[in-house]
Amino acid sequence: MAAELFIGTRKGLFKFERIAGTWQQTYVAFLGEPVTAFLVDPRSGHWYAALSHGHFGAKLHRSTNRGAIWEELVMPAFPKTGAEDAPSVNQIWALEAGGADRPGTIWAGTLPAALFRNDDHGVAPWQLVEGLWNLPERKLWFGGGTDDPALHSVCVDPRNSDRIVIAISCGGVWRSEDAGRSWACRSKGLFAEYMPPERREDPNIQDVHRLVQCRDRPDHFWCQHHNGVFHSTSDLAHWEYDGPRFGFGVAVHPGDPAKAWFVPAIKDELRVPKDGHLVASRTQDGGTSFEELSKGLPPGPSYDLVLRHALDIDQAGDTLAFGSTTGNLFVSEDQGDSWRAVTHHLPPIYVVRFAAPR
Amino acid sequence: MPTIHLTKHLRRVAPERPVTVEGDTLGAALDAYFAVAPAARPYVLDDQGRLRRHVAVFVDGELLTDKTNLALHVGARSEIYVMQALSGG
Repeated sequence: MAAELFIGTRKGLFKFERIAGTWQQTYVAFLGEPVTAFLVDPRSGHWYAALSHGHFGAKLHRSTNRGAIWEELVMPAFPKTGAEDAPSVNQIWALEAGGADRPGTIWAGTLPAALFRNDDHGVAPWQLVEGLWNLPERKLWFGGGTDDPALHSVCVDPRNSDRIVIAISCGGVWRSEDAGRSWACRSKGLFAEYMPPERREDPNIQDVHRLVQCRDRPDHFWCQHHNGVFHSTSDLAHWEYDGPRFGFGVAVHPGDPAKAWFVPAIKDELRVPKDGHLVASRTQDGGTSFEELSKGLPPGPSYDLVLRHALDIDQAGDTLAFGSTTGNLFVSEDQGDSWRAVTHHLPPIYVVRFAAPR
Repeated sequence: MPTIHLTKHLRRVAPERPVTVEGDTLGAALDAYFAVAPAARPYVLDDQGRLRRHVAVFVDGELLTDKTNLALHVGARSEIYVMQALSGG
């Protein structure tokens, strides 16, 4: 089967396939609807698409036949309490499969920041992970760019699917060793230079933009933080700082944890490429050095911003793709040495995701 | 019996034509509507059963300004419109 690349945008879901040496658009669904998260479950092959209807709330759809027919599923929802300020799910921002030994389990991260679990391929009602929701530290989390804190990254340890790592903007990194019953903060070493001095190293307020785990060396993590790039080689005992590179997305090579990719931007008030020149960046030595990768990217000026779920690497570790808020989609088939524009004409891109070959 | 009109944006999950329902409050009328069109409920109400923030409701031509006021009396001939606030792009 040809490699498949899914793009969730502000106005629909698109699929690209590598056909006769070029990436071609072969599928469109939910045209006009914002797609905020997407998953091809590597176990069942089911496709899951989270939509944000704005006025009418977030919704979740599934296709069991590769996009021929979609069915709307029950959404993750907070228990009804009757309280005036009780939460309601505004958006699904992470969808991940729960491990090979739990074929029906799917995890969903939401806005406001919560984790939901489903053990029935999304069909039965979702369960709020109360161990996380009831943490007293949750009161310290706050929104970064949104009114509420957001749970955007879920990493399931390939060695043990009880071990779940999540990241929150702004709420740090947390791990459960028991499938979500209890949680421990794993933000040690992260710091937020922009915060008041007494709060800079507060583990509960760290603004992690995106967190990824190396598939074959799962003690190794990379994090694009509001304050820069960090990595951990110690199974999250500690994070190491790799410098003040702003951005949102990060990808790690599935087999080599020393290799990671980013798409940098000027921080905070601008959020555009430095000097109007869009580049990707790569480290191949575990964060000691970074190189700018621009071959095949537009010479500029360009003002593309790449959001946190819009950079991905395939399972083989050679092909990368990223998409921008300007609707440009770029692919590299040589680990970032060179890039090719697939299209310049998509709606603003939220999600870029390779499907694992089946 | 009040009649409920849903925006055409929700045609995928709601009847195309207005539905006349039982109920003498806005909440009761909406509940009766969702008994007929259950798929529309989560598009109009949030997890807590509140009207979504950017859903606009008109009762007999008057915009519902207090979105929590589901106890609002509706008459036997009331016309209830459920719409979305306008947005761009």
